[in-house]
Amino acid sequence: MGLEISIPPYQATKEEFLATKLNYLVDLLRRKGVNWSRKNSLWPMPFATACCGIELMATGASRYDIARFGAEVMRFSPRQCDLMIVAGRVAIKMMPVLQRIYLQMAEPKWVISMGACASTGGVFDTYAVVQGIDQFMPVDVYVPGCPPRPETLLEGVMAIQRIVEAEGVQGPSRQRGLGLVVEPTVQVHVETESANERE
Amino acid sequence: MSKRSRRTSVNNIAHPAVEALGAQFAGLDFAPAPLNPQTTGQDVQLCVRVPADRLLDVLRFLYEDERCRFEQLCDLTCVDYLNFPKARDRYGVIYSLLSLSKEHRLWVRCFVNDPDPKVPSVVGIWKGAEWLEREVWDMFGVRFDGHPDLRRILTWEGFKAHPLRKDYPLRGRGEREAFERITTESA
Repeated sequence: MGLEISIPPYQATKEEFLATKLNYLVDLLRRKGVNWSRKNSLWPMPFATACCGIELMATGASRYDIARFGAEVMRFSPRQCDLMIVAGRVAIKMMPVLQRIYLQMAEPKWVISMGACASTGGVFDTYAVVQGIDQFMPVDVYVPGCPPRPETLLEGVMAIQRIVEAEGVQGPSRQRGLGLVVEPTVQVHVETESANERE
Repeated sequence: MSKRSRRTSVNNIAHPAVEALGAQFAGLDFAPAPLNPQTTGQDVQLCVRVPADRLLDVLRFLYEDERCRFEQLCDLTCVDYLNFPKARDRYGVIYSLLSLSKEHRLWVRCFVNDPDPKVPSVVGIWKGAEWLEREVWDMFGVRFDGHPDLRRILTWEGFKAHPLRKDYPLRGRGEREAFERITTESA
């Protein structure tokens, strides 16, 4: 994990409440590591192209308040985000843009496909509309609805949180270079390595 | 309403622009007809048809003449009449004109056909026609002679077809499937 700093077990007395809390925190960090903080500070990249974007705004606003889950910091630069919310239909002309933004996001990153259009193309079964973004890029959570209510999107964010908690940064297969040790990104492009991991 | 009475109602309309057109271009049959056959009286909206080779002259006249003064090109669009009942021509390019000073409107229709549907560009008269003509070219494949920059405007570069043509399938010809895939491994 990389956080294994040797801290001697601290025997706290009842009077030393603060110290106990600190001990608890250190213990939590040791056990859960960065996944715990990571899942509670998801920074979404809002890729809102249609009416789902309105619901996304409602989710961000005070009534539904995505800030309760630590995901209120909508960033419009992919460099600062780790959760992409694709809200709305994606035309084929838009697909290279979407892919480039996904590639520009720093690891680790997760993708929510919000609503029927992003997930399947919805009612727009025409030549110009991508029939589900998962045909061309990875998706972690599909949020159903047309458009989904804010509660449903929050459920999707919570699903991402469960994913982060469960697998998050552990293991090199899905999220590469995600140990606390920073690795050169060159290594992750080695073909044989990724082929082995898939099997 | 019978065809005869419709004719009469149209002829009763005194549209100054149509009268001016008839006087100026005596050899042309403009065949003025209401856009909506149900309408009568003062509400009628007139549509004239113009052959492609005289289109630029007629539109310039409509723009410049004192009785017409169509300063504004509201819209420029096209209809594909493939398999349309009783249609003789395939593409109808439609100019929707508005005169703010004279307070009247007129629609001009110009029919063109395969294999090389082509009309003159009106960018020289109404500058705003540039993107409208690009859109018609993109969607219907009607060329505009003299257009300064006739590129596709809605679909992407490298797109081959003209999707609003009636013989183009709704789900395309595989354009939406042929695309690069990004996976977590390849990213």
